[in-house]
Amino acid sequence: MIPLAVTMTEVKYVAAVYLVVFLFVLAYLLIHVTKLQRLEREVAALAELVRGRRAEAEPEPEAVQAPGRVSVG
Amino acid sequence: MTLSFCDHGAVRTLRENRLAALAALTFALMGAGIALVFFYVPNDADQGFSQRIFYFHVPIAFTAYVCFAWGAWKALVHLWKRPAGADLESYVAIHQGLVFGCLVLLTGSIWARISWGIWWTWSSDQLVLFLILFLFYSAYFMLRYSLPPGPGRANMSAVYALFGVALIPVSFLAIRLAKDFIHPVVFNRDGPQMAGSMFLTFCVCLAAMLSLFATLYHAELAGKRLDARLRELKEALA
Repeated sequence: MIPLAVTMTEVKYVAAVYLVVFLFVLAYLLIHVTKLQRLEREVAALAELVRGRRAEAEPEPEAVQAPGRVSVG
Repeated sequence: MTLSFCDHGAVRTLRENRLAALAALTFALMGAGIALVFFYVPNDADQGFSQRIFYFHVPIAFTAYVCFAWGAWKALVHLWKRPAGADLESYVAIHQGLVFGCLVLLTGSIWARISWGIWWTWSSDQLVLFLILFLFYSAYFMLRYSLPPGPGRANMSAVYALFGVALIPVSFLAIRLAKDFIHPVVFNRDGPQMAGSMFLTFCVCLAAMLSLFATLYHAELAGKRLDARLRELKEALA
C-alpha cells in the first residue's frame, strides 16, 4: 500500500500537470479574444470610413414633404 | 417533398458552424477523458497515482508530432502546387506544434520529478531529441520574421519546415534506440503494454488532444485570414 504522504505528493503533481494544460488553453483563448476585439475595432473603423465616404459622395437628398402632412417641432 | 440527408437542417447547421461543432466535440472528449482518468482507470501497479499524467502527457506529445508533420506537409504542398494559403496553414500548424511542444516539456518535467526525482536529465535521448525538435521549430519563427513578407519568405519558411520533419521519426524512435532505459516504453512491437481500461482512456485522451489541435488550428487560421483580408481592405480604402 502507498503511504498517505506519498499519495498526497502524487496528487499534487498530477493536479499540477492538468492545471498547466488548462492554463495554457486558457491563455491561448485569452490571446485570441484580445485579437478578436482588435479586429472588431478595426472593422468598426473601416465601416465608419466607408459610411463617411458614401455620405461625401452622395448629394444630400432634399426633404420632400408628403401632401397633407404638417411637420411638428 | 423528400429531403436528402445532406440537406437536413441539423447537418446543414453543423456544416455552417464547423468550428463550433469541433469545439463542442473537443469539450465533450476532454470531459470524457478527464472523467475516465480520475474515475475509471485503476492505479498503475508500478507508478501508482502519478501514472495518470501519462494520459495527458503522451497524447500531447503525439499531437505535437502531428502538428509539426501537418506543418511540413502544408509546406510541401506550398512548394509543390503553390495554392493560396498553404504557407499560412503551415505556419499555423507549426505554431500549434510549439504550443503542444511546450506542454510536452512542462508536463514531462513534472512527471520526471515525481517518477525519477529530477526535473530534467540530459542522459535521456528521448528528452534531448524532443528539445532539439522544439528548438528547431522555435527557430522557424526567427527565420520567418527576419524576412520581409512575400513569396521569398514563404518559400524559405517552407523549406525550413520540411527539413524539421526529419527530426520527428528520430525523436519518436529515440526511445527505442536509447540505451539508458529511463524513459518508459509503453508501445512496442507487441502492441500497447497496458490494461484494456487504460488503453481506452488513452485513446479517448488522444482523440481529445487531436480534436483540441483541430479546433485551435481552425480558430487561429480563421483569425489570420480575417486579419489578412482586413489589411487588404484597409489598403484598398486608403
